[in-house]
Amino acid sequence: MKRKPPPAPTLISNELAWFGYPLLLWLMFFMAAPLFLVIALGFFSRGEYGGVEAQLTLENFHRLFDPVYFTIFVRSITLSLVTALICLALSYPMAWAMASASQKWRLYFTVGLAIPFMTNLIIRVYAIKLCVGMDGPLQSLLTWLHISFDPYQISQNQTLVFYGMITSYLPFMVFPIYAALEKFDFSLVEAAEDLGASQLKVLFSVILPNTRTAAVNSFTLVFVPCLGEFVIPDLLGGAKTMLAGNLITEQFLKARDWPFGAALSLGLMTVLLVLPYLLRRIFIPKAKAAA
Amino acid sequence: MLRIVNMSKNFASQTALADVALEVKDGEFFSLLGPSGCGKTTLLRIIGGFETPSTGEIYWNDLRIDQIRPQQRPFNMVFQRYALFPHFSVFENVAFGLKVKQVAPANLRRRVQEALNLVGLWALRDRLPETLSGGQAQRVAVARAIVNEPKILLLDEPLSALDLKMREHMQTELRELQRRLGITFILVTHDQDEAMALSDRIGVMNQGRLEQVSTPRDLYERPATHFVADFVGSMGSVHGECIDSEAMRLKNGSVIRGRGQLNLTKGCAAEAFVRPEKVHIGGNKSANEIYAKVRSVAYKGLHFELQLEVSPEQIIRAFVPPETMSGGVNVGDQIQAHFSPADTFLFERPT
Repeated sequence: MKRKPPPAPTLISNELAWFGYPLLLWLMFFMAAPLFLVIALGFFSRGEYGGVEAQLTLENFHRLFDPVYFTIFVRSITLSLVTALICLALSYPMAWAMASASQKWRLYFTVGLAIPFMTNLIIRVYAIKLCVGMDGPLQSLLTWLHISFDPYQISQNQTLVFYGMITSYLPFMVFPIYAALEKFDFSLVEAAEDLGASQLKVLFSVILPNTRTAAVNSFTLVFVPCLGEFVIPDLLGGAKTMLAGNLITEQFLKARDWPFGAALSLGLMTVLLVLPYLLRRIFIPKAKAAA
Repeated sequence: MLRIVNMSKNFASQTALADVALEVKDGEFFSLLGPSGCGKTTLLRIIGGFETPSTGEIYWNDLRIDQIRPQQRPFNMVFQRYALFPHFSVFENVAFGLKVKQVAPANLRRRVQEALNLVGLWALRDRLPETLSGGQAQRVAVARAIVNEPKILLLDEPLSALDLKMREHMQTELRELQRRLGITFILVTHDQDEAMALSDRIGVMNQGRLEQVSTPRDLYERPATHFVADFVGSMGSVHGECIDSEAMRLKNGSVIRGRGQLNLTKGCAAEAFVRPEKVHIGGNKSANEIYAKVRSVAYKGLHFELQLEVSPEQIIRAFVPPETMSGGVNVGDQIQAHFSPADTFLFERPT
């Protein structure tokens, strides 16, 4: 007697997936549709009174390279890169401290880092603003110490913008690196020390190369939102430092030049796609990236 | 010469090492042997500089080294899981220590080549560690350590991750390598056959203490403590009550004489150990005689292995040559056996 072959196992998750497909399609459509709108908008012209005229032109993209706007782009990219680099430099010691702490302290550190993270960004930035603002604790302290200062200069400056960006985005960096270090084989560190390597040499030739995937990914995770950031520079920089994010908001909301705003957005998007891609290509070899 | 004085180590409330004193001579193949958790790896890591002792000192030729960092010690370590750098090729792994010491490139290449040739892996110099077999990875780890010309090579269970056949092969290689280089090897292992086969001397450890330090032969033929007698090689044992330092009495009244290494006072609980190959079937008035029930008989080629039950929890094993088994011994038989007092070791039973 011939036996019937057993029924092929079916994936339970397929049933689940049928709930997922419409949701994914919904999201994809509302990602793609505005994107095409923005792309199309970039080739149109600005109307006399702020509307959009269906007259095709490349003028908007030309204007991206106008020194005025180009400088703003370069400044934004530099600011974001520096912020991400500072975050990276701060994250390794922090993540190292967390990974080598006791179970109890790991929990405290994690909660301590995560809680501000759960607070709304604008509220957090306003909190910083209050601390350094008129009659805030910092200014009161300086007055009490009889140190003279310029209240406007001290409440709105480039350093504060950096500080705001770094504190806001640091957790994006610390957590992935902490996760990588927690899995890291510490006997490699001992092996390197045994072979005579100093702590710095251990960091740069053993720890960094073996956690570079996490480093590059979290670098991207910080760099991308930093580049589009407009709230922090606005509130802490006193709208004195124009960044790409502010520029775009302004084109749409104040100058009412939607086509140029669209072109600026597309330029920013290109940077956001190309730079992280280059980082991956440079720092993560093909074979490793697949693993 | 490496000298360890009065060493102890506590982790939180646990004692990992207690009162360890040890001297390892130059050019010696020394093994630390013991069950897991006995402190042997802790001791090795203290010698390497990866743990700081709670008390005690380590001297390397009268230079005190227990306070200096692993980077400054003239030792190198082969780690248990090899700890090869996964992002470096075999060549770069072996070259790492020399690069750190800023050895000139030409010189560096020659020394790496020598080290890799020594372990027979120069051909695989461009491979990444993940593409190596266990045995190859182990050899790279050895090459990475010896290329630095350490005064002592520390090996933390280097063969435990290999399969049996590879392990035996690597044992021979390690021993040959040590002879050729003439440097001191300190090996940590839980495998007594490995320790016996490789070492000039063995330190047997138990619960953070060094029980006995001696040659493999002495360890086997002259166990110094109850633990060593029980742990090293296979032994059968019977329990009884001390009569004096060289004799004890079994429950059934028969007297067992033997070599009493410890101060056995009258009336204490004692245990007599004897190796299976020293137990003979039949009676002999001038030897220790026992009566036992045969629990099992197994043919092992060279000999029959008998399990002789003196009482339910006291079992003596005997290796009996086939020719003396002509009469036939069956499971359940009540038989007599004897062994010489010279082959019997008496120890006080730990409570």
